[in-house]
Amino acid sequence: MSPYSQRSNAARDELGLMLDRQIGLTRASGQSASPRRDAMNAPAKPQDPQAAYTGADAVVACLKHQGVEVIFGMTGGVISPVYDALFRDGSIKHVIVGHEQGAAHMAEGYARATGKVGVVMTTSGPGATNLVTGLADAFMDSTPMVAITGQVTSNLLGNDAFQEADMRGITMPITKHNYQITSVDELPGVFAEAFFVALSGRPGPVLIDLPKDVSTAPCDHLLAAPSAPTGYKPPYRGQPLQIERALKVMAKAKQPVILAGGGVVTAGASEELRELVRLTGIPVTTSLMGLGTYPAGDELYLGMPGMHGTGYANLALHHADLIVCVGNRLDDRVTGQLDRFAPDAQFIHIDVDASEIGKNLPCLVPIVGDAKPVLIEMIKGVKQWEEKPDFSAWRERIDGWKKCYPMTYQPKPPAISPQAVVELLGRTLPEEAIVVTGVGQHQMYTAQFYPFREPRTLISSGGLGTMGFGLPAAVGAKVGSPDKEVVLIDGDGSFLMTIQELATAVRYKVGVVVLILNNHFLGMVRQWQEMFMDKRQAETDLQPPPYAKVAQAFGGLGREVTTSEELEEAIAWARAEAADKRVPVVLDVAVEREALVLPMVPPGGANADFIPCPGQKREE
Amino acid sequence: MENLSPISVLVRNERGVLSRVSGLFARRGFNIYSLAVGETDDPTVSRISVVVAGDPPVIEQVVKQLRRLVSVIKVSDLTGQARVERGLLVIKVKAPHDKRGELMQLVQIFRARVDHVDNQSLILEVTGNREKLEAFIDILRPHGILEMARTGQIAIARSQGPMADYWNEAAAGFDEDQDGTYNISRAAERLAQEIQEQD
Repeated sequence: MSPYSQRSNAARDELGLMLDRQIGLTRASGQSASPRRDAMNAPAKPQDPQAAYTGADAVVACLKHQGVEVIFGMTGGVISPVYDALFRDGSIKHVIVGHEQGAAHMAEGYARATGKVGVVMTTSGPGATNLVTGLADAFMDSTPMVAITGQVTSNLLGNDAFQEADMRGITMPITKHNYQITSVDELPGVFAEAFFVALSGRPGPVLIDLPKDVSTAPCDHLLAAPSAPTGYKPPYRGQPLQIERALKVMAKAKQPVILAGGGVVTAGASEELRELVRLTGIPVTTSLMGLGTYPAGDELYLGMPGMHGTGYANLALHHADLIVCVGNRLDDRVTGQLDRFAPDAQFIHIDVDASEIGKNLPCLVPIVGDAKPVLIEMIKGVKQWEEKPDFSAWRERIDGWKKCYPMTYQPKPPAISPQAVVELLGRTLPEEAIVVTGVGQHQMYTAQFYPFREPRTLISSGGLGTMGFGLPAAVGAKVGSPDKEVVLIDGDGSFLMTIQELATAVRYKVGVVVLILNNHFLGMVRQWQEMFMDKRQAETDLQPPPYAKVAQAFGGLGREVTTSEELEEAIAWARAEAADKRVPVVLDVAVEREALVLPMVPPGGANADFIPCPGQKREE
Repeated sequence: MENLSPISVLVRNERGVLSRVSGLFARRGFNIYSLAVGETDDPTVSRISVVVAGDPPVIEQVVKQLRRLVSVIKVSDLTGQARVERGLLVIKVKAPHDKRGELMQLVQIFRARVDHVDNQSLILEVTGNREKLEAFIDILRPHGILEMARTGQIAIARSQGPMADYWNEAAAGFDEDQDGTYNISRAAERLAQEIQEQD
């Protein structure tokens, strides 16, 4: 198995060492990374004993060598030789989906839950273009993915052939890298490189476009040693002098805040983040993508900042004199109006992608590196501080804000408050349960009211905000982590977008619980209409189908929940049935129709100008 | 005039690489002044020379975004560096008989070459840096420019000096030595000094 195929902590350390070796930081210990072309890697030959291996066999051999366990996808004309090779080989599981977009989100869910590379495979033309949303989503959220798309035979390329689409051109802006293979000889090298690129540095989706004549061409070497492409040298360790400088700045700060993001999850640096916070006593806030890296409920934790973040996180950032960004790209949903974000703060920015540093805001101390080794070095440095800075006055001030602007909502019985449903789930589910969301109000309720305590327990579409992400991502997460409970919190609008993946979940016995916060609205847009468009509900009023019955029709289970009293029992029922019968179980929960997500920073406004929770008044 | 920064990008010589680079410029709204591409002595490597208009923070983003591309081997910002910079201009200018002498003088001054002569016009070619080409165009304009074509500017730094771009050194902390290994760079030493001075 390739050292790149997993991104568990141990594997990551190994990856870091390999990267170090490549950039000459440590001496190679003599062990070779070159794969052994042993019998295990050799695929079953095609049935014609005269035939050599084909490109398709090489694809399968490469995937096996990378440790790929499951592929999400859908077959079709020009990709069928690879499917034939997969079938003959028989060792990689394949999940056939309802729509290729579902395959892409499943691969994302799989990757986000496990830290491994998610793999999708589709045919050319429409099969490939249906991946576009998923690729863009994975690109925005730095999710490692390898997409293999079939392509028409090379001699037809550019001829507007049947089911031809220029996938390299189409996906260039939304993939970390992409390839079109021109000869079977390139194939093993490209696959090795693609997996390396997808997982290393800042992870992302990589697309391999595979013309049919390549997959059917005879092939004599099936594997190639993985190697970093020329010039691509992802940083791993941060520059020591910059780390030293950061420590000095931190020691001098009076009102510092740590802002952690999805990079901490990717780096597997949650423990290090907790240790740094514990040692320094600096309050910490995590973006949507970073939820779970720091345990909710801890006294130094401020929840999520930004548009729907807590009032106290936003005020803390606004008044901070130092913000330590770790694996966070200062997205506009976090910063609000940029020129009024944290006006007095200086920034220490730790990111594996140098282009994120200084992109939105000038930065005092840039540290280009993977969050884990950088935080480890910082912890070492903090332990050597002769005098520990005292942030107690700052923390008291923050505690004051916490008392002024606690996270609350106004229940309106007999309607079920969506926030109450999320809170109930938070009390019910085990810590390690994976919560997946679609995009919309329900997503923000989940981020605000679900107590995430472990990394990789929230899977949500952060950057692209893809409605319909939830169901397929939940299926992918459950396929990757079959031992964990996977609960999807979705909205009625979001769920409808990829509802066909219920069929996939039924077919593969994927026991996910789906909890729909159903308000018969495209709720988030309706909220904007209510708050900023004079309540004109232009095309946001939905008439969703009876989801419980739809689930039953697909072969799953479903139940409608209309009163608060039955909620707890219904959740218990759904969890038990999902585990026992291994089918998707849909709870269609009728929630208060007109509830709003608050606090809220008005679009284009500054974070400090947030509209607080109901019943609270802004004092500053 | 806006600040113009010549940036030199070494890329893997593969299909679509120019589209990858130019697409990045288009997508991120970077303003290209000129672009030229050609193979280097190593046929697997091409050099894309691009002149970008923008302030230092824009140029910093350009360099960092370029560096993100997997096909990109090395990015050098040549702004403020001693460099050899050349572009080629081919220009067809009105040339009645009574103006020929004057035009030929200009050809000599600018070390241009006459490529074509007929009764109405001359076609001249000249190479040089941006300023020289602009000056030549300006001086010919009163004579009546009939047609012109220009290549993008290409540039190479004169010496092996440290890469001008702060980010490569300060942020990444590594500088590529000639043998391809990476060491803590001079910039890092400079930073260390800076820190000492601050305290």
